Amino acid sequence: MVGFEVDAVLGDPAIRIVVCCGSGGVGKTTTAAALALRAAEQHGRRTVVLTIDPARRLAQSLGLTELDNTPRQVKDAPLYAMQLDMKRTFDEVVLTHTAPERAKEIFANPFYQAMSSTFAGTQEYMAMEKLGQLRAADEWDLIVVDTPPSRSALDFLDAPARLGRFLDGKMLRLLSGTARAGGRSMFNLVTASFGAFSKAVQKILGAQLLTDLSGFVSALDSMFGGFRERAEHTYRVLQDPQTAFVLVAAPEPDAVREAAYFASRLEEGRMPLAGLVLNRVHTSAVPELDAESSAAAAARLGEEGDTARVLRVHELLMRQVVRETEVAAHFTDRFPLVPVARVPAQPTDVHDIAGLRAIGDAF
Amino acid sequence: MSWPARLHVVTGKGGVGKTTVAAALALALAAGGNRVLLVEVEGRQGLAQLFDLEPLPYAERRLGDIDDDLRLLAVDPEEALLEYLDLFYKMGRAGRVLRKLGAIDFATTIAPGLRDILLTGKVKEATTRTDEAGRRLYHAVVLDAPPTGRIGRFLNVTAEAARLAKLGPIKSQSEGVAALLRSPMTSVHLVTLLEEMPVQETTDALAELTALHIPVGKIIVNAARPPLLSSRVTQAELKRGLAEAGLPTDRRTVTGLQSEAHAHLARQELEQQLRAELAHLKRPTVELPLLSDGVDLPGLQHLAALLRPR
Ligand SMILES: Nc1ncnc2c1ncn2[C@@H]1O[C@H](COP(=O)(O)OP(=O)(O)OP(=O)(O)O)[C@@H](O)[C@H]1O
Ligand SMILES: Nc1ncnc2c1ncn2[C@@H]1O[C@H](COP(=O)(O)OP(=O)(O)OP(=O)(O)O)[C@@H](O)[C@H]1O
Ligand SMILES: [Mg+2]
Ligand SMILES: [Mg+2]
Repeated sequence: MVGFEVDAVLGDPAIRIVVCCGSGGVGKTTTAAALALRAAEQHGRRTVVLTIDPARRLAQSLGLTELDNTPRQVKDAPLYAMQLDMKRTFDEVVLTHTAPERAKEIFANPFYQAMSSTFAGTQEYMAMEKLGQLRAADEWDLIVVDTPPSRSALDFLDAPARLGRFLDGKMLRLLSGTARAGGRSMFNLVTASFGAFSKAVQKILGAQLLTDLSGFVSALDSMFGGFRERAEHTYRVLQDPQTAFVLVAAPEPDAVREAAYFASRLEEGRMPLAGLVLNRVHTSAVPELDAESSAAAAARLGEEGDTARVLRVHELLMRQVVRETEVAAHFTDRFPLVPVARVPAQPTDVHDIAGLRAIGDAF
Repeated sequence: MSWPARLHVVTGKGGVGKTTVAAALALALAAGGNRVLLVEVEGRQGLAQLFDLEPLPYAERRLGDIDDDLRLLAVDPEEALLEYLDLFYKMGRAGRVLRKLGAIDFATTIAPGLRDILLTGKVKEATTRTDEAGRRLYHAVVLDAPPTGRIGRFLNVTAEAARLAKLGPIKSQSEGVAALLRSPMTSVHLVTLLEEMPVQETTDALAELTALHIPVGKIIVNAARPPLLSSRVTQAELKRGLAEAGLPTDRRTVTGLQSEAHAHLARQELEQQLRAELAHLKRPTVELPLLSDGVDLPGLQHLAALLRPR
């Protein structure tokens, strides 16, 4: 197994973007914040961390009390942090692509409201969008990005394509084609299939809805090119050597399996994977005393005394260490060249700057 | 333990064990020959994986030898819509056209609330379904629901419907679902781990559901470990004990074991604190143990036995 020299990545002036990916709950946000803090403090780089949905107490420690898309300096640290505001980012994209009057109409449209806050993938798309904006402004030595809490790490890479598929979809083309042909007349289209569609929609949803839908579709239509272009541009930035992907996984079967999928996807997409962070790894200070011997000794002592209990604690810990080592080996067997860093499980959650420093020091 | 409702909705932060607990609860409720339906709605085939089955069709499927009275169903919004169109409007043909055009996918994408109305609508239909004699077909329905982050929106169907349609069948359909979800027939159970974020989400979800007048049932603490230590140990004590057990008593071993014990105590204290926070929520609470061999069928049955109605 190759060791992951995290400092070599953070200190490399050619690296401008670090993306932390991984499946849900493995420690992406924590790792992103810890890496950014280390880059700022140990390597003196002007760094911003873009967090997504951080745990409440971590957000407080980072001074992220307002969700306003603005980088703010973290108290007592040379680091800037911000929290993604998905809806606001979506609104900004609309504003840059349409006249203010038109934008106002779009914002009022119920379909826009629903989609800008709940469309599956909006958060991923908007995280990429924000990353693209930050990079284009070129104000930072290093941008560290967290990725949204999704079940699968792949969602982050798939979001732009999914949005593209949606925008290119038959349905949207059909609707927008007729919208372009005269707005309200769209549902008068008398092809057999469309008649059936229109009838069904009218019957179930009512006519007001059709007006809203038509407005939404023509709005999307006017922003088509812009949307796609931006997503493609950011995607190319992700393939550039200025970017380093850091894959985060917990030493659990599901998380490691996801990490392996993700690593293959990065290979396919020719995206630069810097290394794997195995987070929340358990280690023992007395590894030579294995679980069985510890259990046997506890049994000899009659279970009740303090030492017997401590030996039980050690036994459980050793079992976990063995299990985690096996699980991690699944990844390293498949990707022997991907460097791995281990971050020990802290006894309690990580929600302050000191805790982030401790994680940074573990690298 | 009592489980008064008929529709049991199981939610919790991602990965805390919703699917596992929902399955265990369904097995528990089916014990003694009651017919129970276990439903998933997220299109992930989590139940098939759990029970090691082929992907579930859109049909209520028996669980074979495992349990005679349990049925499994994976609800798909597209299928639910087609069924609905056919049932109420005799619009089978239009439905097929819609599907061919990708219209259903499109509609549920731009209006995710519509998807939720279809899914909860199907759950309601199963919950209230009766046989020819007017008896309820299912004694209980257990729903492996979306995570806490989305549960309010998922269950608050009328609000979503109101955004979409001011009139018409979608609106009345959603009102029927809302009435069921706000009645004593329904109970939403919150699954959590003894970790800060899941407990925080449990607190938030309880507040959100209460504000929506949706009845919350139990808090289910999953994967709990019994406390092993009661107090800190001194090095002298440890040294004595290790000698008695015939183990090495060098400094590294003693300080090493002591630090492990202290880390364990810190964790245990945090867990105690989280238990106290949960107790503060004043909901009936159940603890399910961490299964050391992972979740297999005997493990599930063990959890089910702990949940069995008495
Ligand atoms: N090394 C560690 N030791 C102990 N606790 C940790 C460690 N890393 C992360 N945690 C804790 O685990 C929880 C989840 O971490 P985090 O929020 O960073 O995960 P995430 O991958 O961003 O989750 P999501 O997918 O929900 O966004 C937090 O409570 C955090 O404090
Ligand atoms: N009591 C338990 N003991 C041991 N392992 C458990 C226990 N409960 C759940 N697990 C394991 O934890 C993992 C997550 O469980 P499960 O899939 O039920 O969670 P979930 O909340 O449904 O997740 P998701 O949010 O992804 O749907 C699985 O690997 C499962 O086997
Ligand atoms: Mg996160
Ligand atoms: Mg699940």
